[in-house]
Amino acid sequence: MDPSALAPAPDNAEDAHAIDAEAVNAKARRQLYAKRQAIHPKLAHGPFRTLKWEAMIVLLAIYYITPWLRWDRGVGRPDQAVLVDFEGRRFYFFFIELWPQEVYYITGLLVLAALGIFLSSALFGRVWCGYACPQTVWTDLYIHVERLIEGDRNARLRLANAPFSRRKIGKKVAKHAAWLIIAAATGGAWVFYFADAPSLLHDLFTGAAAPSAYLFVGVLTFTTYVLAGTMREQVCTYMCPWPRIQAAMIDKDALSVTYRRDRGEPRGSHKRGQSWELRGDCIDCRQCIAVCPQGIDIRDGDQLECINCALCIDACDDVMAKVDRPKGLIAYDSYANIARRLEGEKHTRYRLIRPRTVLYGVLMAIVAAIMIYGLATRHSLDINVIRDRSPPFVRLADGSLRNDYALKLMNKSDRPRRVAISVEGLDGAHLQAARLDAQGRAIATAEADSVTTVRVHVVAPNRVPEGSNRLRFSISDLETGETAESASAFLAGGSL
Amino acid sequence: MTKRERDHVSGTETTGHEWDGLRELDTPLPRWWLHVFYATIAIAIVYWILMPAWPIGNGYTKGVLGWSDRANVARDLQALEAGRAAMFQRFATATAADIANDPALQEFARAAGESVFGDNCRTCHGAGGAGAPGYPVLADDVWIWGGSIADIEHTLRVGIRSDHPQARMSAMPAFGRDRLLTSQEIGDVTEFVISISSANARLNADANAASRGATVYAQQCALCHGGAGAGDRTLGAPSLRDDVWLYGASRDEIRRQVELGRGGVMPAWEQRFDAGTLRALAYYVHDLGGGEPDATPPQASPAEAAPVQQSALR
Ligand code: SF4
Ligand code: SF4
Repeated sequence: MDPSALAPAPDNAEDAHAIDAEAVNAKARRQLYAKRQAIHPKLAHGPFRTLKWEAMIVLLAIYYITPWLRWDRGVGRPDQAVLVDFEGRRFYFFFIELWPQEVYYITGLLVLAALGIFLSSALFGRVWCGYACPQTVWTDLYIHVERLIEGDRNARLRLANAPFSRRKIGKKVAKHAAWLIIAAATGGAWVFYFADAPSLLHDLFTGAAAPSAYLFVGVLTFTTYVLAGTMREQVCTYMCPWPRIQAAMIDKDALSVTYRRDRGEPRGSHKRGQSWELRGDCIDCRQCIAVCPQGIDIRDGDQLECINCALCIDACDDVMAKVDRPKGLIAYDSYANIARRLEGEKHTRYRLIRPRTVLYGVLMAIVAAIMIYGLATRHSLDINVIRDRSPPFVRLADGSLRNDYALKLMNKSDRPRRVAISVEGLDGAHLQAARLDAQGRAIATAEADSVTTVRVHVVAPNRVPEGSNRLRFSISDLETGETAESASAFLAGGSL
Repeated sequence: MTKRERDHVSGTETTGHEWDGLRELDTPLPRWWLHVFYATIAIAIVYWILMPAWPIGNGYTKGVLGWSDRANVARDLQALEAGRAAMFQRFATATAADIANDPALQEFARAAGESVFGDNCRTCHGAGGAGAPGYPVLADDVWIWGGSIADIEHTLRVGIRSDHPQARMSAMPAFGRDRLLTSQEIGDVTEFVISISSANARLNADANAASRGATVYAQQCALCHGGAGAGDRTLGAPSLRDDVWLYGASRDEIRRQVELGRGGVMPAWEQRFDAGTLRALAYYVHDLGGGEPDATPPQASPAEAAPVQQSALR
């Protein structure tokens, strides 16, 4: 590209007319092997920009503050509300505590998230990309920092084209330093989800934290800095799979940021007082291009690069207000509406309730219901049985047979529980232990919030059929009567 | 003839090669990549200086840090042994009752015993003490020399028919090979032995032969195996009343044992293991499922019908 095309126009935000902005990623100029050209998005003002600020503040606050929330779980248990405890193999989320064998709840959450993003896409296009995706949020933050230090679009363009000077170097250093601090804070916050935040913070600064903590802080500092600082729109365009999937998720009734070409064309510059007859509302001022963080021209239609950040809506609405035309030349709209209007229909129709959105909604409700049911009826006592494989069975002096088992008693409550172990389902089989209660049950203590291994022996008479026989172990809490059971096998070798 | 020229879109030179109108960009390595590459070379040189690196003659360059994996392993092992020493010490002096009342001690014994068993005993006695013909099953409740922890520990210490001066010794005569009994008498005594054992239910001893065999048994076998075949642990004479046979459970195999009087050898482990390890191993074997109470029974731990193993995994 000819650098003179980037020659700065004077910063006069009042003048809506003709900003000299090139859409560096515009459809017509897109060439895969061309070098990336820097984008210098201009600050937009308007309801969508405000919404994006609000979303950014809320999301960043959630990310940075969550690990510092406390939640009392009793003595000796972590008091962090949200904690992924790899060493203790627990996931804590406020009142929920999950064990590793319960990762299906995480699977459920992921399914919900996928359906949620399908639903939001079918309704409002890429709202996730535009407002909530971490890549968008941090890039937006980085661009804002850049704007604070180097100025808005035109000042940045001038600086980029200026020869090296002390001032330029000073600004660049300040910007990258600020970026690095944000990146380090981001990487730093991440590790707090995996350990007690206050003590980890102390350890991080005294050098006493685990090497893995520093490693993760380092890696995430690096990725934040690179992805949000230097790669920006390239992540969305080249690395992220979602824009490709998005094409399948969207249909003619889905809303997305759209240039209403039915109203805008034919475009052309407009002098004050000129008639609006026989021409479109677009005055070709290129403000929508100037604010676009993806470097595209929305007037080229729906594009893979467009993250639906809606900043061009704000920019164009400003222009429309200045030239006294109705707002909404660029707006959330659907293909169907444009087609309808091109055919002469006046009204804009929004069809939010469609088979597709209903289906996504119903699926989400079902998955959520299953998860809530699962959580509500979650057992706090469970048993797993592992049969000893060598020897497969033991023949005893009196001719009877013995199998040995390791029972894993899972006690998910926070107090030790005494349980009675019994064996059922195999005629004549009984437990063998030093001491049994009157009903032939073995009594064991399942330690609080842990898995207790108990080895038991089961003896069955010689008449047990050869091969694998079914039997069941069950445990019952001596106090609460809660029970759990698990099937296993009793192996017999028949006669000698 | 190649013609290098500049590509106007990317601003990069081409290699000058052309295939059907396609030309190839001669894109240089990215600067950052090149710098990383140079940095790895620098790091390698620093590494040679600091760490063991190059083979020379009959050795290698040691590096100025003096790092040695061999020394590290030795140090780790030493630390490990030092860490375990206290527990083994407690074991060496623990009584059966101490062990019965101390879950921590049990858990340690089970882990240590399992590892020692796996390295030394499993070859013959099988994983989990499953046994093999000629090598007794250790998981069952049939014991030739006694099944209390003390008995098992003693057997471990001195071995069986080993070179230990106090080795447990027993020798069954080879009634057939040494022609101490006729073939007919051996057949009869086999039937008698089957008739007094629980194997009778499946092998159906010949009543006439068994009654003839009873006389032979009383003269030749009863001294060690007892008049009713109950065996004698002080002599290492197995019980003949159960249906567990060291050298095989068929009629022919039982007869062959009368003919050959085989007896295996178990090494004495006293020299190999310290007292703590021996006791842990004895506990492990006892704990496989068929262990018998010691002469002085361990105090009953009050409420708990203590299952054999308890260990908490946090
Ligand atoms: S769409 Fe709006 S902002 Fe973009 S060039 Fe036309 S009038 Fe200007
Ligand atoms: S075209 Fe508009 S909505 Fe799309 S990325 Fe650019 S500014 Fe955002």
